Amino acid sequence: MAGVTRTPTHLTQGGKTRAGIGESTLRPDGTLKVTGEFAYSSDMWHEDMLWGFTLRSTVAHAEILSIDTAEALATPGVYAVLTYDDLPTGVKNYGLEIQDTPVLAHGKVRHHGEPVALVAADHPETARRAAAKIRIEYRELPVVTDEASATAEGAPLIHENRTDHHIGHVPHPNIVHRQPIIRGNADEAAKRADVIVSGEYVFGMQDQAFLGPESGLAVPGEDGGVDLYVATQWLHSDLRQIAPVLGLPEEKVRMTLSGVGGAFGGREDLSMQIHACLLALRTGKPVKIVYNRFESFFGHVHRHPARLWYEHGATKDGKLTHMKCRIVLDGGAYASASPAVVGNASSLSVGPYVVDDVDIEAIALYSNNPPCGAMRGFGAVQACFAYEAQMDKLAAKLGLDPVAFRQLNAMEQGTLLPTGQPVDSPAPVAELLRRVKAMPLPPEQQWLTAGAGADVRALPGGLSNTTHGEGVVRGIGYAVGIKNVGFSEGFDDYSTARVRMEVIGGEPVATVHTAMAEVGQGGITVHAQIARTELGVQQVTIHPADTQVGSAGSTSASRQTYVTGGAVKHCCEAVREKVLQKGRAKFGTYHPAWATAELLLEGGKVTTDGGEVLADIADVLQDEAIDLELEWRHRPTEAFDLHTGQGNGHVQYSFAAHRAVVEVDTELGLVKVIELAVAQDVGKALNPLSVVGQIQGGTTQGLGVAVMEEIIVDPKTAKVRNPSFTDYLIPTILDTPTIPVDVLELADEHAPYGLRGIGEAPTLSSTPAVLAAIRNATGLELNKTPVRPEHLTGT
Amino acid sequence: MRVTFTVNGRRQEADDVWEGESLLYVLRERMGLPGSKNACEQGECGSCTVRLDGVPVCSCLVAAGQVEGRDVVTVEGLADFARQRAEQGGCAGGVCGTGLDEAKRWAAKPASADAQSGEKAELSPLSPIQQAFIDAGAVQCGFCTPGLLVAADELLERNDSPSDADIREALSGNLCRCTGYEKILDAVRLAAARGESHTSGQGA
Repeated sequence: MAGVTRTPTHLTQGGKTRAGIGESTLRPDGTLKVTGEFAYSSDMWHEDMLWGFTLRSTVAHAEILSIDTAEALATPGVYAVLTYDDLPTGVKNYGLEIQDTPVLAHGKVRHHGEPVALVAADHPETARRAAAKIRIEYRELPVVTDEASATAEGAPLIHENRTDHHIGHVPHPNIVHRQPIIRGNADEAAKRADVIVSGEYVFGMQDQAFLGPESGLAVPGEDGGVDLYVATQWLHSDLRQIAPVLGLPEEKVRMTLSGVGGAFGGREDLSMQIHACLLALRTGKPVKIVYNRFESFFGHVHRHPARLWYEHGATKDGKLTHMKCRIVLDGGAYASASPAVVGNASSLSVGPYVVDDVDIEAIALYSNNPPCGAMRGFGAVQACFAYEAQMDKLAAKLGLDPVAFRQLNAMEQGTLLPTGQPVDSPAPVAELLRRVKAMPLPPEQQWLTAGAGADVRALPGGLSNTTHGEGVVRGIGYAVGIKNVGFSEGFDDYSTARVRMEVIGGEPVATVHTAMAEVGQGGITVHAQIARTELGVQQVTIHPADTQVGSAGSTSASRQTYVTGGAVKHCCEAVREKVLQKGRAKFGTYHPAWATAELLLEGGKVTTDGGEVLADIADVLQDEAIDLELEWRHRPTEAFDLHTGQGNGHVQYSFAAHRAVVEVDTELGLVKVIELAVAQDVGKALNPLSVVGQIQGGTTQGLGVAVMEEIIVDPKTAKVRNPSFTDYLIPTILDTPTIPVDVLELADEHAPYGLRGIGEAPTLSSTPAVLAAIRNATGLELNKTPVRPEHLTGT
Repeated sequence: MRVTFTVNGRRQEADDVWEGESLLYVLRERMGLPGSKNACEQGECGSCTVRLDGVPVCSCLVAAGQVEGRDVVTVEGLADFARQRAEQGGCAGGVCGTGLDEAKRWAAKPASADAQSGEKAELSPLSPIQQAFIDAGAVQCGFCTPGLLVAADELLERNDSPSDADIREALSGNLCRCTGYEKILDAVRLAAARGESHTSGQGA
């Protein structure tokens, strides 16, 4: 793939083809979304459809002694009640990597909120009321909720009889996966250290809290198959897990992406997909399932909560000597993406710094806590929280400026990761820190600048009118992080694009068809921009994403613009070549440039690279259409060695730096984040408007986890205590400050157009920057997210 | 029970409404108006915000029976609502809101009339705030957008040049998980600025 990157300015500067790459083209779905006409998965409707409802366990760990569905089934309006016994095939579990997640609990429940039974009825309330009549007899079992209880002698095994491929490498069956990384000799290097700092850090369980709830519509087909309209991040991954449970060949499970209301990793695992299909196939009627917010908190995996122990050393002139860390991620009851999260957490645990001697171990637990899996930042977030706190501790101990200290140790292009892999594209860590520090600071005490007296809305506590500025102190904090882009560790991370070019109404028109899940990130906008750039057409239609075209892989890991964007580009290049072949055959004899010059498609015409027009594309194609479907891969990666962690595991890296300015009411423990400035390298901004939107959104999710977001699980019962937007808080517009963004574009020569995945990096450093600012304001140590008022007031 | 009320200027009837059904459910599932979104159904996120007799409310918290005989504007009717307000002189500065009687008098033009007369292309199909959300990049996944638009439109009706603090206060009941709100602020500022330039143009 490398070496075929064409200079995009060639194609956009002529001004003939508008809205190509590099321009802030507006979303093609924008008008539908602002008028309420855009069909999200919860908006699906079918005549005569039924409503599905999921009955979930009220306990975290229990043997199921009996399930009595008779009364539920007898309820007027109820069409079906299904339990484990009704599953049609021998395949009763699913999972992203390890198939350990039951479609419906059988024998046992392993976490609070696990699906146990399904109901289909003619009204959602009928379904809910009928489900309440299902009688389940549980025999409760002791719960495993942390590393100590999971690995204690005689601890209950979450999965008895594990047979997955990690079992040979883990020290206890309640550990999903373990990845050590040993490089150099950390003990030996520690002897060179003038100062050593260590700390234990706790990262709370964050929820993706996408706004569009899990939902979809399954319509039984006349052929015995099923059509599923659903919000997901990866249609083909869903399909691969759904079809075996239903006992159907994949071609009889036809999936179409319906409107997705955000994802952030929370839709990588299945939720209601199989349930809706089972009910539709059983009743012969279309079945819609829509989770309410309460159920949504049980319906998807969360970000792994983590405990991290870190030790760093540095010489008195400020150079890092070594790093030791142990990271314990709680994966909850089912594996989901835990093995890959372990790989990320370990391989990125040292951060964007040069440390040659490291001793690293990351593990993920099985427990009776809610299952955890993918969320924006995927393992790198938890590590960044800890290593950035360590950097501030070291700088303080050495009497150095925290930014200068980081810059002194910042990695550069060519630096080796602890896995031994060189970072072989620009790594502007010191420069991003410099840029974010150089941004102008917000005015001091800005609540006084608005006019007469303090505008309480600008103060901690806001409209609660809890202070007029007395007891309010300001702090500033910095952080920077490194995130891998794309799926790592040898995963075949390909994507497929189908591009059709034809003449409609005298104009050349391109249609781009991929299975990419547009979850709000703007992929569809960018695909149209790529097609315009490569094919020189103005009009591009984005075909709805479905399983009638090959897999696009997941909309996650910051990979979709890189990989599916790369596939669209690759396919467009092949289509362009076909157009030129046809042109040569038809018109080649009329102009020597057809044979000798490098030819482009631009503004609907075939031109030389000097701009001379050779033909109209419409005349070349006439009534013929060119239609190609091609796969595209980035360069391969390899698995990490299971004992040393060595290996070229990652494809690309993404870097962001934050500066947080906070004001803290030290009397009440209230925090107001005044500003969160970001500098990020995006390689090439294909759509600057969308790039900034992604950076600001990711930053805000990091802010959330710093000061308010946490799913609270009772440590005695493993029950979730706050599954609602009343009790699980995400930042509102009042909690979110101004977020100035400085975008750097240092091309990665290995990537299409030089681009870099951008979605996740801003989530990493936002949290530790806010924590650093609060520490700076208060002088407190604060080793846990989120920071709550009681942590600041000592109450 | 049967519930009869006005939605986006048209009288609507829903039969067999269960006593516990929300206005949100009736709009989405019985009237085919899914624009108001069902993100939390607890009154916490604002995604289902509609105008009820001019007042922004979370339609998930309003029992369908409570709207008998009343007037509802959803995001689907926002463009017509804004256009009629502009034609009627709107609200020139300060806090005015929409009075109950005023809201009851308001009626949308049937969408089909536009389509039949072929004039739809000439009329901007979007309200100023809708266009501003698109132009400012304030729409990402878009699930929060309908509720935010209804709330922001009501803010601008009351206050045509809101400060940032005013905007934050007015939209604090609407959660967005994608954008970080910065572009939502941009959109409201943009709509306000366009409104001002429009007014000053007329004044000159």
